[in-house]
Amino acid sequence: MPNPTSTVQEGASGYARFLAQMSTGKRIGFYLKSKPASVAVYLIVIYIIVQTALTGAEAMGYTWRWYRIPEYLFQLTDEGFQWGEIPIGLVKTLQLSIQAFALAVLLGLCIALLRLSGLLISTSVAVAYLEFVRNMPLLVLLYLFYYVLGPIFKFDRYTASLLCLAVFHSALVSEIFRAGINAVNIGQWEAAKSIGMSSAQAYRYIILPQSIKFMLPPMMGEAVHLIKSSAIVSVIAVAELTTIGRNIISDTYLSFEIWFTIAAVYMVVTLLLSVFVTFLEKKYAVAT
Amino acid sequence: MEEAPAVIEIQNLDKFFGKFQALNDVSLKVRSGERVVICGPSGSGKSTLIRCINRLEEHSAGRLVVDGIELDDETKNVRAVRMEVGMVFQQFNLFPHLTVLENLTVGPMRVRKISRKEAEARARKFLERVHIPEQAEKYPAQLSGGQQQRVAIARSLCMEPRIMLFDEPTSALDPEMINEVLDVMVELAESGMTMICVTHEMGFARKVADMMVFMEEGRIIESAPPGEFFSSPRSDRCRMFLDQILEH
Ligand SMILES: Nc1ncnc2c1ncn2[C@@H]1O[C@H](COP(=O)(O)OP(=O)(O)OP(=O)(O)O)[C@@H](O)[C@H]1O
Ligand SMILES: [Mg+2]
Repeated sequence: MPNPTSTVQEGASGYARFLAQMSTGKRIGFYLKSKPASVAVYLIVIYIIVQTALTGAEAMGYTWRWYRIPEYLFQLTDEGFQWGEIPIGLVKTLQLSIQAFALAVLLGLCIALLRLSGLLISTSVAVAYLEFVRNMPLLVLLYLFYYVLGPIFKFDRYTASLLCLAVFHSALVSEIFRAGINAVNIGQWEAAKSIGMSSAQAYRYIILPQSIKFMLPPMMGEAVHLIKSSAIVSVIAVAELTTIGRNIISDTYLSFEIWFTIAAVYMVVTLLLSVFVTFLEKKYAVAT
Repeated sequence: MEEAPAVIEIQNLDKFFGKFQALNDVSLKVRSGERVVICGPSGSGKSTLIRCINRLEEHSAGRLVVDGIELDDETKNVRAVRMEVGMVFQQFNLFPHLTVLENLTVGPMRVRKISRKEAEARARKFLERVHIPEQAEKYPAQLSGGQQQRVAIARSLCMEPRIMLFDEPTSALDPEMINEVLDVMVELAESGMTMICVTHEMGFARKVADMMVFMEEGRIIESAPPGEFFSSPRSDRCRMFLDQILEH
């Protein structure tokens, strides 16, 4: 696929020529990938989903009570404005995700450095850890932390969730670090060593600053992934967004409305994050 | 005349990459202030030899003493040697995310632990010496190849090394930039720096070398003062090699 943006810069006539040069099949493919086309496809898909849900709900005699939803978003009482349960759950989800991600990055960096150290012992420790984490379903890992490690080390359900998410995501984060570090030219190592830097100094001042631009996009993707997988901690009743949703439903039987709302909240958060990533990528592309 | 003490002593050095022997029983002594030029065909082990001197490669057997420090598995020794030995690479290897000035100050500040002010003053002094004081605030990618290589030389000099190693410093340069780098190297040689240069710039070699070394297949085949080396090389291999590169 040729990159259209460079051609666009030559002006409209260049763009027309660019389109004319393509075969019909390619041109259709190109139109389909254009922005208006993807928005249209997106809207059609959403329409189909909503329509299916509506018909399905009607068929089973579900009565929609959307008017009940706003009270779970915010309330205006005599005491003034108050956030509803859903935003409170969202804040908890974000708090959990941010803390878990910070921990995952730290752990991931350590694992990556162990793995790259070249020492047999540390490499095998890192590989064993990675194999263990990668081959463990997230849910089982959570149970392990909550039912086994929790009682042993006396930590509560929130800490168990935090550690579980951090450990689970540290595996991929460490791979991102490893790839980013390996993407830096070997000559940079040699230059750093040749002016007497220790390995730690070389990483800190020379290698890691250069690998950031390789790591940023996958790292943010992993952050989005973590926010989504944080929903799993609802099975041990940590009061985050998904748990709040379940609680409201068991009180009110508003299952369709609540799950649609919760899904929309997750989507808004992750989409915002993706937009932010695109912005960062552009900024870094200009800087280097 | 009293002989200066040896700052680099290489005794019976072997280097294996797996089964492949890149260095075979190499011995060489370099005295303080001496300029050694190493030449030889591609793959003869020139880079491997000088990379052993600051332990970018670990030798497999033999002894290597640099500035009185024996190079062995002791990390402390390795870093001590690297502080005394500067190295200039064929591909420059400047730090692309740092400005020219930062490239020059990062070593002195982080490794020698001197203040930023002092490091910057030193950096500007050496930029002056390599004739590009006006480029301090630029990034490496904004400089020509010749300028980048001169920055790389200045970066090494900022660590105030006693010995400088050059690995084909001009082979990656466009022809019109070779001389600006060689000029800086000649000035450095005239200032009394101990230097080991891997290069095929024979004009430069004639001008500065105290000793010429010819390598082939991991061995030193010939080592002699330049006069003797160029006029009457003893081995046929060396003569053929010289004929080849002096042709153009
Ligand atoms: N890291 C390595 N692993 C395996 N073999 C290596 C490695 N580095 C060098 N060699 C081999 O060792 C031999 C000597 O290499 P070296 O780079 O020292 O040659 P050179 O004389 O510098 O050649 P050139 O003029 O091409 O730079 C070559 O045959 C090379 O293939
Ligand atoms: Mg070489």
